[in-house]
Formats: sequence, C-alpha cells, structure tokens
Amino acid sequence: MFVIFLTFILISPPSPVTNLKAFDTPNDAGESITITWIRSADDGAGQNNVLRYEIFRSEKLDEGYQNIGSVPAGKTEYVDNSVKDGIEYYYYINTVNEENEGVKSEIVGPVISRPQWFNRRRLNVLVAVVVLAFVFLLYINLAKKGISTFIRRIPGLEAIDEAVGRSTEMGKPILYISGLFGLQEVPVLASLSILRRVAKKTAEYGARIMMPNADPLVLTAAQEVVKEAYLEAGRPDLYKESDIFFLTGDQFGFAAGCDGIMVREKPGAVFLLGTFAAEALILAETGYSIGAIQIAGTTSTLQLPFFVATCDYTLIGEELLAAAAYLSKEHVMLGSLKGEDFGKLILIAIIVVGAILATLGITWITKIL
Amino acid sequence: MRVRVPLAITFITSLVIIVGFFIPHKPIGNIQQTMLVWFSIIAGFALLLGSYSLLRLHFRKIYGRKQGWGYSVILILTFITIFSLAVYSGIKYGTAFRLGSPFMFSYTYVIIPLQSTMFALLSFFIASAAYRAFRARNLEAAILLLAGTLVMIGRVPIGNMIWQKFPVIANWILDWPSMAARRGILLGITLGVIGTSLRIMLGIERSYLR
Repeated sequence: MFVIFLTFILISPPSPVTNLKAFDTPNDAGESITITWIRSADDGAGQNNVLRYEIFRSEKLDEGYQNIGSVPAGKTEYVDNSVKDGIEYYYYINTVNEENEGVKSEIVGPVISRPQWFNRRRLNVLVAVVVLAFVFLLYINLAKKGISTFIRRIPGLEAIDEAVGRSTEMGKPILYISGLFGLQEVPVLASLSILRRVAKKTAEYGARIMMPNADPLVLTAAQEVVKEAYLEAGRPDLYKESDIFFLTGDQFGFAAGCDGIMVREKPGAVFLLGTFAAEALILAETGYSIGAIQIAGTTSTLQLPFFVATCDYTLIGEELLAAAAYLSKEHVMLGSLKGEDFGKLILIAIIVVGAILATLGITWITKIL
Repeated sequence: MRVRVPLAITFITSLVIIVGFFIPHKPIGNIQQTMLVWFSIIAGFALLLGSYSLLRLHFRKIYGRKQGWGYSVILILTFITIFSLAVYSGIKYGTAFRLGSPFMFSYTYVIIPLQSTMFALLSFFIASAAYRAFRARNLEAAILLLAGTLVMIGRVPIGNMIWQKFPVIANWILDWPSMAARRGILLGITLGVIGTSLRIMLGIERSYLR
C-alpha cells in the first residue's frame, strides 16, 4: 500500500501554472500576443519535476486548440508572433513533467492583437529629443541674430594648419585615415568635415594628401570632398583621384596596409579621425615611429587612451563631432554647439538631482529615465 | 538644385526614420529596416567601386613600373585567385562559405593566420605606448602610472597571490573613477551625435556635399 502511495506521489502530474494572462503585446507593430503566468508549484520546488510549458491556442473557446510552442521550465512568458491582427484567440498552458504527463491550466481569452500608433516606452526619449532640439534651435536663432558665442579653444583642431604646414615644409605627404567604418557612423561624417579643411590647406600649400579607405561609400564621399576642397583652394590641377583610394574592408588587412604606406611614404602628418577599433594603436604607434605629427580623434572611449598615449593631439569624443562647427567659425554652427552645451547642463542637473533623490530613497526620477 | 535635392532627401529620410522610432505601426515602423536593406544593396554595389579603385591603382603601378610594382602584381594575382575560388565554391557547394570549400580553406588557412599575426603585434605596440605614457613626468602622469600599475597587477593571478586586495583595488578603479570619466565622455558624445545629426538634418552642416 505504501509502495503504491509512493509511486503515485513520484509520478503524479505537476501542478498547473496559475495567474495565466494573455494580452496584446504593447508598443509593437501588431501580430503579437504575450502570454504570462506564475510557474507551477512543482517548478523548482515541490516535486521539482516540470520539464516544459506547452502553449496551446485556438480561435474558439471550446475546441481546436493547437500546440504553438513550448518553453523550458523556469520561464514565465511566451510571445506568440504567429497571430493575425483583429482575430480573437484563446490560450492555455500545458505543464509537462519528465514522464511527459501534462496538466492543463485555465483557459484565457479572447485576446486580440492590434498595432500601436505610439511606443509609450519611448516617451522619455521623445521628451528629451524635443527639449534638446528646442534648445539647439533656440541657440541657432540667437546666433542668427548676431549674439556672439564663446567656444573654448580646441588645440587639436588649431594644430591642423600647423601639421599640414610642417609636412609641406618637410616635403612629405599627409596621410588621412577615417577608420574602418561607413557613412552611417556620425564620427565618420564629422571626419569628412575635417578632411575638407585638411585637403583645402594641403591644396593651398601645394602638398599631397593620401587617404586609404576601408569602406567604398566613404571612398566615394571622400573623393568628392577632397576634389571640392581643391576646387575651393583654386588648385584643381593638383587633385589626384588615385591618392584617395580603397585599401580593404578587412580590419587588420587595413591596419597592415596603412602601416606599409606610413613606412614607405613617411608622411609628415598623420590624421586619425573617425571611428576606430583594435587597429587604432597599431596605426598610431607606427605613425609615432616614423616621427610624424599626429592628430587623432574618436568617439570610442576604449581607443581614446591609446591615442592620448601616442599622438600629439587628441580630439576627445565630442571635440571630434564639434570640429565642423569649430573650423567653420560660422555663427549658426557655433550657436548649435552652444545648444549642445546647454543640453549638457540640463543633463548634469538631472543627474545631480537624481543622485540626491535616490540617496534620499526617492527613485521615481531614475524610473522615468 | 545640386545642393537642394540632396538636402531635401537628407531631411525627409532623417525625419521618416525619427518618426519610425516612435511609431511602431506599419508601414512607418519598419521603414528603418527597409532602408537598411536599401543601404546593404547600395553598399554591395559600392564594393564594386572599391574593387575598381584598388585594381586601377595597382594596374597603374605595374604599367608605370613604379617602385614596388612587383607587390601590385602579387595583389592582383591574389585578388583573382581568391575571387575565382569564391565563384568556384559558390557554384559547386551553393555557397562560398561552406566549410571545406576551397574559398573557406583559403580563408581559414591564409587570411585568419594573417589577421591573427597583425592582431598579435598589438601586444608589442601596447607595451611601447605604455612605456611612454607611464613615464612619471608630472603629477597627472604619475597618477596614471600608479592607477595603471594597480589595475595591471590586480588583473593578473600573481597580483592576487601577492595581496588579495589588489583585484579589489583594480575593480574599484575601473568601476568608479574610470567609469565616471567614461560616462562623462559618453554623455558628451551622445549630445554631440544628436547635435551633429540635427545640423546635418537641417542642412546647417553640409561639408559632405559638393
């Protein structure tokens, strides 16, 4: 009798899941229903014999249920991405043990999937973007009205003319590298702005600029930028399309190619401005070894220490992004930089207030962010 | 027109992507994904431009018998060989990336070792750069030297064997002062990216255009 009782205990089906809920997945493009539940009492506790949860779905309450998927024990959510919008669905969960015995939960429904017109989770981002854009446009308007703005000196950008001049005096070419990444990277776009200035100075001084590229789209844009800069400088005859060339898209192949160019051509100035990864130090150290004046800049915080250690000047993060505005000296562009600074001030204030409130045990501000 | 049309395209495209970030409803919500597909197609064609640029440069070198033209011959022969292997593997196996195909053989036994070799050089470059950066010429450099030394000792097993507090100190330096500085820089970068994007979107910054 005891053995029969023990066997019954050992192989009895697990408890079903409880608190089963099915609802339209929020903030999505539709065609999705989320199902949540509280785990079976035998999942991780009790008999501890739950193997998986099988999800069953039907368009009718009483019949036609089909297994649409399963999740392993321990899980409490399943997202059904195989539904159609506007149709009523019913769900239940079958809790299955190691003997493949299942126990059904209650049925929930009907649930209808619908697409949403606004992602409420991103409301905080929208508010931040609107505030920043407002501040940004405000300072641009102030600049248009002629209100002067003070922008601190950025040594790395001030040194561009010096680097090009020194390289020209030495009779050496200038090497410009914008990194491995494509035009979708904002630092690469910022780099192209600096390239225009560097190329213009190079043309004015009658020097030569070389630019190996790892991305064909950057290559095309860079050729246009340099060509335009030479035209602006009144020296289109000096422009050589073959000096702005494609090397390779492979990271270390690109590093090896650039190092080879440095060692062979011995440029007097090396510009490393853009987005860089592990090849950053390989390039910067080779540039150092040939005695070139080096100006570097990136938004990658992992590579910045390498540039600081090896280059003469380093544009740290936002300094690279501010380059186009800084070099142009146009009021509108400088005004936009001031707008960024004001945005920074707002963020600092929020961080300080948030830190004080969190210390006092008030956490709503951290939840909003 | 040459400036206005690209500026209009830039503005409309940026606006659509920004709006799509907040509106998940079709077709607005998946416009970004669609545009990424377009970008991949354009990038694929642009690769032809890149290959053309590379080959033209090296053919000119060979034609002009410029210094090091022999390397250009090697480059072109390698280019043709790898390209042919990729086409052959694609035809024979349905994909060039199938393990055991001639293309993957060349990738595994030629390209990967070459990449590893270049990557391995990084350790020597780090050593020489660290030697210069860690010279205690002034107070800041001395602090850098101290922090760098503590982090390095705390990150290797022998550091723990010497004194169990070394890993704790190393983690504290990385988690607090270093992280605070990194986050400060990242905040500036984020605002800079938003600012640059707005400048490009509104056509204030157009140095990338002719």
